[in-house]
This record gives sequence, C-alpha cells and structure tokens, in this order.
Amino acid sequence: MTQAIPRFWREIQSRYNLVGSKCGSCGKVDFPPRAVCPDCGRKSIGKMQSFKLCGKGTVVTYTTIYDAPSQFDMQKPYVMAIVEMDEGVRLTTQLINVKPEDVKIGMKVQATFRKLGQDGEAGVIHYGYKFRPAGS
Amino acid sequence: MKAGIVSYGAYIPRYRIAPKTIGAVWGNDGEAMGRNLNIRAKSVPGPDEDVITISVEAARACMAKVSIEPTDIGAIYVGSESHPYAVKPTATIVAEAIGATPVLTAADFEFACKAGTAAIQTTMGLTISKMMKYGMAVGADTSQGAPGDALEYSASAGGAALLVGTDHVAAEINHTVSYTTDTPDFWRREGQRYPSHGGRFTGEPAYFKHVVSCAQLLFKRAGSQPQDYDYAVFHQPNGKFPVRAAKQLGFKDAQVDTGLCVRDIGNTYSGAIMVGLSAILDEAEPGDRIFAVGYGSGAGSDGFDITVTDAISKLRRDATPTVKRMIETHEFIDYATYAKFRGKILLREA
Amino acid sequence: MREVAVIGVGETEFGELWDRSFRDLGIEAGLKAIQDAKIASEDIDAVYIGNMSAGKFIDQEHVSALVADYAGLADRHLPTVRVEGGGACGAVALLQARLAIASGMYDIVVVGGAEKMTDVGDVQAAEILSSTADQEWESVFGATFAGLYAMMARRHMHEYGTKREHLAAVAVKNHKNGSLNPEAQFQKEITLETVLNSPMVADPLGMFDCAPLSDGAAAVVLCAADRARKFTDAPVLLKGSGQASDFLAVHDRRDLTTMDATVIAGKRAFQEAKLEPKDVQVAEVHDNFTISEILAIEDLRFVEKGKGGPATADGLTALNGKVSVNPSGGLKARGQPVGATGVAQAVEIVRQLRGDAGKRQVAGARRGLTHTLGGTGATAVVHIFERGA
Repeated sequence: MTQAIPRFWREIQSRYNLVGSKCGSCGKVDFPPRAVCPDCGRKSIGKMQSFKLCGKGTVVTYTTIYDAPSQFDMQKPYVMAIVEMDEGVRLTTQLINVKPEDVKIGMKVQATFRKLGQDGEAGVIHYGYKFRPAGS
Repeated sequence: MKAGIVSYGAYIPRYRIAPKTIGAVWGNDGEAMGRNLNIRAKSVPGPDEDVITISVEAARACMAKVSIEPTDIGAIYVGSESHPYAVKPTATIVAEAIGATPVLTAADFEFACKAGTAAIQTTMGLTISKMMKYGMAVGADTSQGAPGDALEYSASAGGAALLVGTDHVAAEINHTVSYTTDTPDFWRREGQRYPSHGGRFTGEPAYFKHVVSCAQLLFKRAGSQPQDYDYAVFHQPNGKFPVRAAKQLGFKDAQVDTGLCVRDIGNTYSGAIMVGLSAILDEAEPGDRIFAVGYGSGAGSDGFDITVTDAISKLRRDATPTVKRMIETHEFIDYATYAKFRGKILLREA
Repeated sequence: MREVAVIGVGETEFGELWDRSFRDLGIEAGLKAIQDAKIASEDIDAVYIGNMSAGKFIDQEHVSALVADYAGLADRHLPTVRVEGGGACGAVALLQARLAIASGMYDIVVVGGAEKMTDVGDVQAAEILSSTADQEWESVFGATFAGLYAMMARRHMHEYGTKREHLAAVAVKNHKNGSLNPEAQFQKEITLETVLNSPMVADPLGMFDCAPLSDGAAAVVLCAADRARKFTDAPVLLKGSGQASDFLAVHDRRDLTTMDATVIAGKRAFQEAKLEPKDVQVAEVHDNFTISEILAIEDLRFVEKGKGGPATADGLTALNGKVSVNPSGGLKARGQPVGATGVAQAVEIVRQLRGDAGKRQVAGARRGLTHTLGGTGATAVVHIFERGA
C-alpha cells in the first residue's frame, strides 16, 4: 500500500504531533481535524480551531494481527487498539512495548513516535504515532 | 558569558541481545567475548525504530523536562553515522516532531561517534554569539557490525539530545577543547551496508591517542586535575577502553561508574557519550563537576568541563524515564529475531 | 412511488474461478437472470452494476458499459450505471434501480453485481478489501479489515460476555447451509473445533471466522409491479428498502458493538414495508466475519442486543429456526465476490420466496430480508421482499 508523497506529507502535523481540532461552538475535540463539527454542523463552520492532543489515553478495544499487509511483515504479530484519548476522541493505533497477552481493555497508554512504513527500500519513510503502556 | 546544558533527554530501545547469543551463531565463545569487551548486553532497535525515531524520543524527553517553547530553538543538529536517509535530513523530522518549525536552521552531522559532541560545540557558539536563544544537539545511532564481525558484539542503538543555551542553564560548560587528526581507524564507504575498521589499529593510535591528548588539553585549559571532578565520562566503544583511558588519566572507578552505560547497552556510537552524560545528569547535584571526552573515528576528540548549577533542581527530571530505568526496562531477544529486526534477512520487495 | 417486483434472478457459481474473467462472470449472471425473467433485450431500459473495485482487482474501470457491451446490448445504447459503496455496492445498485423504476423513468432494469478477486494475490486482495476502511487513519497504522472487525468482536465479548464459541457457531451454521447449496464456494460442513483451532487472523477471529475471497456474479431483473405479471406468475415484491451511513472509521462510531447504519437502514426498510422483524422468515445478512452476523441479527432486532452469540449457538438462526439466517451459506460459505454480494443475497431471498431453494428451502417463507454492509459498517442497506399474492 504505497502512499504518494504529498498524501502522507500533508498529514504530518496530525501523524507526528496528534494535532486535531476543537469546535469553537461546543468545545468538542476531533482527531484528525475536521472542517465541520459532527455535533454542531453549520454553526461550527469557520470556528474549528487547531488543537493538539495530550497524547494520553485508554484502550477501548484491541486485537492482535497475525495476517498483515507486507508492510507490516516484520512486526507480526502486532497489537492494534482503539484508544480513547483523555480529550474524549478516539483513534486507531498500534500498541508497542507490550505482549499481546498483557493488553487489557481499560489500560492506560501514551503516544510515542515510530516508523509507520516506507515506500520500498528506496522510497520515503513514513513516521507517526504508535502507543505504549503509560510509564513504559 | 558561558553556554551550557539547559535540558537533556536520552532514549534507549528496549530490546537486548547477549554476547553469548551472538557467539553461538558464529561459533565463538560469546561469553568470553563479552567479558573481554566488558559488555553484558547490547541494545537493539525494534523494527519500527531508527535514528530518526530515537532522536525524536530523545528530543521529546529533553523538552519534557523544561517549560521552554520549542519555537525558541534556533538550530537542531543531529549527529549520527546511521541516518536513515543518505540525503534528506533527520534534523527536519526532529524539528517537526517537537514543534520547532519553521523558523530555525537544521542539519545532520557526521563524524563517526563524535558527531553529537560536534553539534554541542556548534550550538554553544551560536548561543554565546546571541544568534539564537537555544540550540539542540542530538547524537544517535543504530549502527551495525557486519554479521560475525567483532563489532557485532557491541554495535547497538540509542541516543540523547541536549538543549544548549545561555539562560536557565542546568550545567554550565566551562571549557571545551578538541583534538583532531587524519587517522583512518574506522570508516564506512558510500553505499556500503556495514562499516570497516582497522582492527587493533583502532586502539592506541586512534582512541587512546585522541582521548588522552584531548583530556590533557582540557586539564590544562581548565587548570584542573582528576580529583576536581565528581564524574568522568568518555566515549565508550566497549567497556574496556574508557576504563583504561580513565585510569591512565588518573580517574577512579567511582568517578567513571555512573556514565559507563556501555556495559549494559553496548556502543551507541554517536549516542554513547551523550547517553553517559545524561545518566550523570539524571543524578547530579548542584555544584557537581563533570569531565567528558568523546571520540570519533577518523579521528578526533571533543572534551567538555562542566559544572552543574542550582537550576538542575528546577528540571523535571522525572518527566520521562531515567537512563538507569531505560537500562533496566528491557527484553532479551534471540539471534533470529535480532537478524529480522536489523534487516539481515533477505526479503522480497514489499 | 410505483411498486417494484423482481421477475428474474441468476448467478454464477462462487469460488476460485480461474478459467473465467470478470466479463464472463457478469454476462453469465446477467443472461441467466434475463432468461429467468423471460424478457427480451428490447424490454430492458437500463443496466445497474454493483462493483467494489474492478480498478484495483483487474485494472478495469467503466465496467457498467463493459458488461452491457459483452451481454450483447451495445447497439441498444442503454444507460448503464456502476455503483460503488464498498461491500454494499450491489445492494445500493438494487436500491437505485428500484428508485429509477418507482419514479416512472424506467420499467425494467437489470441489476448486476460482480467481482473478480483472484486475479491478484491473496495478500493484495485483503489489502484491496481493507480500502473500504479509513485508509488514512486506520489502514496506514496497520489495522487490517479483519483487525477492525476483531476489535468489534473483542468489545462485544467484553460488554456482553460473547465467547469465541458463539462466533464459531455462526461459521458452523453457515457452512452447514452452504453444504445444501450447489452454487456455494464451500459445500462442506465444519465442526466447532475446526473453527476454534483455525490459525488466528486477528485475535479473536481465526481463519474460519472470515469469509473467503471469491469470484462470482449475480443479477436480478426488476420490473414495475403492475407489468410484472406479463412476464411471471411468481413475482417477488420489493416492499421496503433502507440505506444508512455512519462514520467511516470504526473508532469514531457511537458504539463499537452496534452498527448504527444497520439499525437505521433496518428501521427505514421495516417502516416502509410496514412490517416487523417477526414478520420475516428468512434473512441473508452480511457475514463477512462471524462477528458481523451476530451484530446484524441484533441490530436488525431479530434478537435482543448482546444475545446474538447465544441465540446462534442455540439454533435460533439455523435453517427453519426462529428466523433462518443465511440459508445460502452466507458470505462465509457461499462466497464473497464483494460486488456480487448484495445482489446474490436478493437472488437467494427470491428463490426462497418462490420455493425454489431446494434442500435449503425455508418452510413457509413468505417474507425475506437482505442486509449488506459497506466497509466496516459505514454503509448498510436493508431490503425487504414479499412473495407476490
């Protein structure tokens, strides 16, 4: 699954630094940033502000991936999770530094910076967030 | 006016491999090899780690200890001999990942294992001259020894970042000196996967000559002697060279012990002396004095005479794991996993 | 709105059909449906094709014109429409065709669904399937399609005590039904142990919790109900249709164990048909993974929320159970040529309501339902069919 260069590049702020958006009308936080608040609709247009997540969250659900695209061959098996961030918004991420059998729903995790993939040996390398157990 | 260390942060990958495990694959007595090198284990980066991720982790750990706006950083230099890109800077990614962009200068440095200390000296000059408020110097590596080569027992991964400036200084750099000659003891040619070295030539005419000469210059410049220092840290390609150099210079084991991380994590190359220095800063008290001499093949040494200030107590040193804690948090892997993680297995193109 | 009836159905066998191309499959299903409807090519007003990703699977876009062309309809210059909606594309095509007839614009429309998945390797095919999930915020990070469903399964287990055995019961039931369907990809029964011991794909889903990759096509002929008797004595009426969407990424959804799109699509369809779930005897639901069927029977209100697992294990959804779910074998055993799915489900329900389903016939089937998902549930379509009086 190769990613065109600009397609990844334009998401760098969100992928590196968890930059989402906050609705200037109701205060709801979204990640990645949205142009329209799903709760406020038209009222929110032009009021969405850039907002950086704190990087801490809780595991809502998870799975261990055994069959993966070739990009992830080196890491199999690996853990994926849906994490609810302290700001309330949820995201999908890989969990690292933890054995599959030790992952629990409700576990506290924090964001870290890892290599996500690359466009082959000669291509651009993509970086972004993965999560690890808090304090690890 | 003096520049100094405003903050610091280190990062060591969690995976380890033992010399015995490596020796078993190549028909060597790995345990004896480890004893001889004074290395119990070496750190191994995960399959999703490289110099860029290690530098970002270190830089973030550095910024987590202080309340300084990343946009006040005027320069980021990353020293490494294993930058993931031959062309395309590591430093820009670090800058973006700590929110320091876009008004700053950035570049990657290379001088074997002392590219990070060269970056410290550069940022000292830039901040003393008031060209900028702060500069960040990073030293990190994921260097590799060729499979079966003696280097394979020590070449590891890790790095550290120092925030350098002239205010909020937690450890003042009183003096810095360098000692540089053309000595081809260790190199990697463009396009080559693994470095080459001159075997025993890397010892006396290379490491020892430069480290000891630089240290003597530093004593002279500072008007100091070994007993004036609470800590001493040297470049540590293995656990033997720095101990011998320290002894030769008149330091005691107790002064060297804290910064001698190589015994538990191996040689982190550009990261080595900076990780050692970070381990010292993790526990140093105001007034403590530190003697640091790095070394890079090719060859040169950078020396630093450092005094810890009262400001160290204002650093949030518990914001991220200490070097000691990162050394303790580890997972041993076998050679097959190590070979997989380090890309030593030939794969079909993804 | 004019009432719409199904007057003809056809499908290919499903499976790894090495010797047949996308064109071959589309034409075979279409011609069978046309023959079944006993219409002539002059009777056809338009062709709608459900196809998920021919562009990625066989490098061919513009497949609506292609299918009409190879079906011998090129010189009739018919309007042809290709509909995309992830795995729900066939069901969406059916809905759009229904609307076109209901509006009075067309009288007879052929709706086809087709996918040729085995011209690429299976790893690549799995990647193409996952392109209906959120590529930028799920797939890039390593979440596979199975992985996303596995996370719903894990949460369902956490909230309702569902067990792997309950998931496995879906696979066992659908393989049993598939063994009675001569066109199914898998016509062999399996045991609970086979499912439980199959290699893990994405914990808690093993290989036998996942529907296969398949080639295949299906087609139905829709006709304005007032004209249907001209062609058939057994028209099947499309009584209600509902379609709904939801957040593209699973993590943004209100509840990880409820597919709101299914709930809403179901409500809309039942409301239009003026029926209740209890009025339906047979349902073809989207079981691309075992957990999907459990969520579907809950969200369509055939069983109480959270009870889908035990209900399946207790046989409530078995052939001639309280409601017969996936008598064809479902995606799990009949096969999963994605674009064909929604149409093939309609073909099965029509056969059941006509009493033509052979060994898998649901006794007394008068009303049936199809439920089709796009992606991980960002699209859901429900159609309700009734045997013509």
